Amino acid sequence: MKYLPLIWAGLWRKRARTVLTLFSVATAFALFGLLNGVTAGFDSIINRASDAARLRTVSRVNISSPLPLAYRARIASVPGVVNVTPLTALLAYYRDPKNNVGNAMALDMSKFEALGSTYLIPKQQMDAMLHTPDGAIVGSELLKKYHWHVGERVTLTSRIWKQKSGGYDWTFKIIGGYTIVKDGYPENNDFFINYDYFDEARAGGRGTVMMYIMKVDDPAKAPQIGQRIDDLFRNSADETLTQTDRVYIRGQINRIGNINFIVDAIVGAVLFTLLFLTGNTMMQSIRERIPELAVLKTYGFGNTAVTALVVGESLLLCLVSAAVGLGIAALGFPSVYKSLNIAAIPLPLTVVAGGAGIAVALALVSALPPVWRARRLKLVDALAGR
Amino acid sequence: MSNIVSLKNVVKAYVRGKQRVEVLHGVDLEVAEGEFLALMGPSGSGKTTLLNLIGGLDHADEGEVVVAGEALNELSSGRLAKWRAHNVGFIFQFYNLLPVLNAERNVEVPLLLTKLSARQRRSNVAAALELVGLADRSKHKPMELSGGQQQRVAIARALVSDPKILVCDEPTGDLDRETSESILELLQLLNRDHGKTIIMVTHDPRAAEHAARQLHVDKGRLVDAPFGEVA
Repeated sequence: MKYLPLIWAGLWRKRARTVLTLFSVATAFALFGLLNGVTAGFDSIINRASDAARLRTVSRVNISSPLPLAYRARIASVPGVVNVTPLTALLAYYRDPKNNVGNAMALDMSKFEALGSTYLIPKQQMDAMLHTPDGAIVGSELLKKYHWHVGERVTLTSRIWKQKSGGYDWTFKIIGGYTIVKDGYPENNDFFINYDYFDEARAGGRGTVMMYIMKVDDPAKAPQIGQRIDDLFRNSADETLTQTDRVYIRGQINRIGNINFIVDAIVGAVLFTLLFLTGNTMMQSIRERIPELAVLKTYGFGNTAVTALVVGESLLLCLVSAAVGLGIAALGFPSVYKSLNIAAIPLPLTVVAGGAGIAVALALVSALPPVWRARRLKLVDALAGR
Repeated sequence: MSNIVSLKNVVKAYVRGKQRVEVLHGVDLEVAEGEFLALMGPSGSGKTTLLNLIGGLDHADEGEVVVAGEALNELSSGRLAKWRAHNVGFIFQFYNLLPVLNAERNVEVPLLLTKLSARQRRSNVAAALELVGLADRSKHKPMELSGGQQQRVAIARALVSDPKILVCDEPTGDLDRETSESILELLQLLNRDHGKTIIMVTHDPRAAEHAARQLHVDKGRLVDAPFGEVA
């Protein structure tokens, strides 16, 4: 602690250079925080949104190939399957194509529990929904966003599903909303409609399903149950692929690309560049202060004390910069998720801890060449300005 | 009075490129405790090299260097650093203050290696600055002080850890005559009233007159040592 004024003074010897370096390092750590936050955030979302007791069955060919609705009964008969519902996305918007209602989906609302225990729909509203073919249960954020209210009839325009009566507009009566259980993933953008009504009203694709969602009685047996379901339809015209919730969601995210690899590559390149930047700053700083270090050594500062000063300076620079950068990332992080249409979560602590660890490593590696130089300093030459 | 510095047959050479240049050729020197000695001589004569050996900044190639009871050639660089911290205060021609620290912080530097508390360090620093007449300039940075004042700060820094010996390399070389005189009087006071042994290298005969004894170094040899040790 008593060396702190000495370290601080050394750092501020060239104010402009230190500030510019600080901004560069802070920018890099802000990028690190945001990018790693996105991947860590996805992991967090997967953990919170997935249910170990939930399976999803899609076409083995690809997710956009439909499965027959007739599979529902056969899947329900598999031992261990408690609840099964077909699910098809409406792929709709509200008034303007920019107003995406991406989570509008048709379900067998009587088997709603297959979606897991995250959603809480009051029994009265659920009963009303089951008796209202064109009813809809809507998430609170959507209600708020478009100023909808219970009892109102709203018209969504599907991007792919045409009505038998012609046109892509679908009108639903809002029956009620739902809440999310404590600690559940706060996905309040869903728009649930009745499958039978939707299937009957659409012009094409009737009797087909985008996917099945089912609840199993024992999460530990979920993989085996999934295997049994797939075995049922092996060698049929519509082979299935049944996955646990976690594997399915991870697969969907990976369709964007191998995000972890992309993030690691960008962050790696940035940090590698940063190493040269901070290393160069530290080298310059020490080179300019060779006579001062010589004076310190003259007055009895040994190699350990000089090393502590140089490393301390490097640590202070990197840690303060990292703190600024990660602070910026933490502030900007929710808006990144908002832009992805995903409910915002705070910057994960693992990312902050990782950033701090990298800052320490960066400081130590950057300090190596100047430490080496300071330790090898020949006092009489340095004092003579040689 | 016992000797605080004892050099016997000291040889020192430097390698410059492929050439070995012998700077000191078998120098013998004894300095009594509490003495004020001036080392004079032309540039390149070896006087600064001699001072560096006495101050423990460099090792002799041959011979024996005993200062404050310690054979310096036998000490590792780590132990030599500790020895310097306890026994020697250095005063340079160009002051060598740390430009980003104020006078107080500059003087405190040698005390950072001690186990003194912050309060004790502050108290010692204040006493040293008072002694050199700069108590009112403690918060000023070196660039806000005149050359003479900077040298006084450097003297306070050299004194603050209460070393036995003050080693001064051209302490007035960068100062005008009047300021030089005041600095030399300060050194005399430290020698006379505080018992510090002072070994000063200087070109200036007027400066050397402030010392109790004057020795000349020429071509790596002492040439008018009063103990008859002329090489």
